Amino acid sequence: MPTVTDTPTLSGPDVALAKRSPRPHQANRPVGRGAYRSADLVGLLPTLVLYGALILVPIVIAVVLSFYNWNGVGALKFVGASNWSRFFSDSIALHSLEVTFLLAGVSWVVQTPLSMALGLFVAGRQRYRAVYAALYLLPLLLSTTGIALMWQALLDPSFGGIAWLGTHLHLSFLVQNWLGGSSTALWTIVALIAWQFVPFHTLLYQMGRRQIPQVLYEAAALDGVTPLKQFFYVTLPQLRYTIVVSSTLMIVGSLTYFDIIYILTNGGPGDTTRVLSLDMYQAAFQNTTFGYASVLAVVLGVIGIVVALGLVRLTGFGSMSSQREGVA
Amino acid sequence: MSTAPQAVALPAAGIEDAPARRRPRLGHRAKRRLSGTVAFVLGTIWLIIVLAPIYFMVLSSLRTQGTYVTANPWVPTGGLTGSEYSTVFHAGLGGYFVNSVIVTVACVLITLALSLAASFRIIRRTSRLSGAVMRLLVFGLAVPIQALIVPLYIIIDKIGLYDTLSALVLTMSAAAIPVSVLIMLSFVRDIPRELIDAMSVDGAGEWRIFASLIVPLSRPVLATVAIYNGLNVWNNFLLPLVLTQSNSNAVLPLGLFKFQGEYGIDVPAIMAAVLLSVIPLVILYIAMRRQFVRGLSGVAMR
Repeated sequence: MPTVTDTPTLSGPDVALAKRSPRPHQANRPVGRGAYRSADLVGLLPTLVLYGALILVPIVIAVVLSFYNWNGVGALKFVGASNWSRFFSDSIALHSLEVTFLLAGVSWVVQTPLSMALGLFVAGRQRYRAVYAALYLLPLLLSTTGIALMWQALLDPSFGGIAWLGTHLHLSFLVQNWLGGSSTALWTIVALIAWQFVPFHTLLYQMGRRQIPQVLYEAAALDGVTPLKQFFYVTLPQLRYTIVVSSTLMIVGSLTYFDIIYILTNGGPGDTTRVLSLDMYQAAFQNTTFGYASVLAVVLGVIGIVVALGLVRLTGFGSMSSQREGVA
Repeated sequence: MSTAPQAVALPAAGIEDAPARRRPRLGHRAKRRLSGTVAFVLGTIWLIIVLAPIYFMVLSSLRTQGTYVTANPWVPTGGLTGSEYSTVFHAGLGGYFVNSVIVTVACVLITLALSLAASFRIIRRTSRLSGAVMRLLVFGLAVPIQALIVPLYIIIDKIGLYDTLSALVLTMSAAAIPVSVLIMLSFVRDIPRELIDAMSVDGAGEWRIFASLIVPLSRPVLATVAIYNGLNVWNNFLLPLVLTQSNSNAVLPLGLFKFQGEYGIDVPAIMAAVLLSVIPLVILYIAMRRQFVRGLSGVAMR
């Protein structure tokens, strides 16, 4: 652990900061600056070092490496923007970008209404709904690998539980090669991702609904507002904050989705389920084209940032105080 | 869309409806009961969707390879046995389990210590420094970890930690820092400034204040962050996939994946392995459901 005396480099910005910082702040401080500075070093430095070395530095490396060719062992070779121009004419990568957006879009359309309905349902007062709420959370305990392996067994076209139901209940459409058919694979993945993540978003909506002051509903009921209209004019506007948070996590999450697809389809059949994160993984660790993989990584990162910031901006989120509007 | 104009007249609606109150009220009640029933039915359907696959997994794990293909997969008849559980436990799952425990505990402890200390320093500091650190963390929060696996692999390889548990501990702790600090910060900030100043006036140093005031008061947020990060680390698949290789350093999610490669056709064994891997979480969930739920949602609800 470094102490004050042996890290002169860090005192530079510190001193500059002290000069510029407003007086009142310092007046509040009964302890001398030395104690502060050593506490800052011990308290902040390990966090910043770990975070800097393993999050910020990798971001820089990804950007820089996208301008080089590297196979993982040999020398780096500067290639200018050629990896980037390759990306824009790489039909596989562009297709995977399409699949990525399709997956995220469909996932949002499927999961948001479902999670909201279930969240409002379990937020109800009835006691059985509390039991349901507890059971709804069970998928969250399973790892993605566990979920993937479980569904792989269930969806097996010859011995799986779903095919068995199809055969014995004469529902022949259930007997399919769900993950192996090019027309069903992507939709099956969408369904599995929903199974995995709807419980989490249900929880968010449940808590969001619980935070809406009951007086608003009482007032609306007194005015003879029907439950359906209460939903549109009380619940929905009051859930705005929850909708933004849930949608952001949902969309960014599905844009970067990797695990289930890697385990169950590995992008196939053909490249119907090949998403960008999988394409990047294969470019790096199967084809050992780390430079090109970095291009895909940067694209993935930029999409994540743009979508997260865009959603926050678009929805006028940022004034957190408005979340509590209507409460005295 | 036709509902919009009526809503504008919303405040007046109560007055207009007043004379004809009795009848619609009864109608309302019947409607209420109907919608309650519909909700119950739909809610139960979702419950079945959630539970049926898990039930299938539990039942299949109690079969043998032979009875799995012959018996009805949805009814517990035709011979059940727990033999696959001991098979997979002895086939390496125990080792993966120990690795997962080590990595998860280490990550949680490191993240808690670093994030709480950092949050404490940030609130004790000028707004300028806090603002800079915050912006840095929010930026990291927006970058998906998937985009960083190539550089992380390179860094970990260069510092000689490839295929070690330390690689997982370091990278997962780093990845957990932004969220953890931001959650803790919003909590620590609410600790009354007077308490801190009072201790300070009494001559307590910064670390005394931290140890005997901040840490005890932060217990609820520590639990939230611990559970959230613990779950994430326990279930993480991508970083172990990229940063480790040998079976002796595999954590559970990766171990399960490797199992599937080796035991591909032995479905009961795989199901047993998945269930064994989830047991600690189920126990935690039953024992401390409230903290668990807060840990799951606290992150989004900060």
